[in-house]
Amino acid sequence: MSSRRSRSRQSGGSRITDDQINDLVSKLQQVLPELRNRRSDKVSAARVLQETCNYIRNLHKEADDLSDRLSELLETTDGTSAQAEIIRSLLTQ
Amino acid sequence: MENVSQDQAKNNQIRWRSAAEQKTYSSKLVEALRHVRRSSPPDNVSSRGRAVREKADKVLAIAAKGRMRWSRAILKKRLKLRLSNHKKAKDRSKLAAAGNSRRKNLKIEVPKKKRLRPLQRRVRVLGRLVPGCRKLSLPNLLEEVTDYIAALEMQVRAMATLTELLTGANAVAGNVAESSNRLEISRQLEHPPQS
Repeated sequence: MSSRRSRSRQSGGSRITDDQINDLVSKLQQVLPELRNRRSDKVSAARVLQETCNYIRNLHKEADDLSDRLSELLETTDGTSAQAEIIRSLLTQ
Repeated sequence: MENVSQDQAKNNQIRWRSAAEQKTYSSKLVEALRHVRRSSPPDNVSSRGRAVREKADKVLAIAAKGRMRWSRAILKKRLKLRLSNHKKAKDRSKLAAAGNSRRKNLKIEVPKKKRLRPLQRRVRVLGRLVPGCRKLSLPNLLEEVTDYIAALEMQVRAMATLTELLTGANAVAGNVAESSNRLEISRQLEHPPQS
């Protein structure tokens, strides 16, 4: 394994090495549903970082959409506590 | 401070993906949301949605049990927000009484842009997406990102399931008499559609 030090200027005291970036990138690739089956030498570091950011943003968006939907649903189930009880008991089984 | 060993990290991943963790999260979320409704409800759709999202994030952060920086950052942010709102209200009344504006003397410092390699730039963007992780070193950022992603995935799964449950319960409740109602609901809830 080559230990090439990064050629960039030091930024704020912490030098980010190429090896660190490669390590980050290969581990991230395993986490991404789109990329985990590809060989790591076929996917660029930039792509993995981009996909990771996109993936997190998508998850945030899904959470927002689901929150909106849930808030609507909870408004309408307000009166029927029987349903809420059923849901809760089944969730805690 | 955030030294999670490899094994711990792996266990965390397994935990976020377990059915048990999702169930625990779901029931805590349901409980928290009913609490929201009982307190003063905001009167428009988007702020209700936002309130739900905030609760969902808070319950998620608590589920991490203080292990990860992103979770502590979420809880800290909410605390800071509440305190700063309180402080803002106090300041506003002070200013109104004193009649001066201190803001004219504030200098806003714009930091000089550092030349970053494109990869480092992307790493920085990534750091901004994870709560509290803007200035983390790379190895720590990696830990936080992988844990955060697993947690978010669970959050989405749990909320999607909850949405399906409530949709089903609503649909059935509208039509049938109460006893057969309960039977139908419990049957649907026992076999939720897998997505």
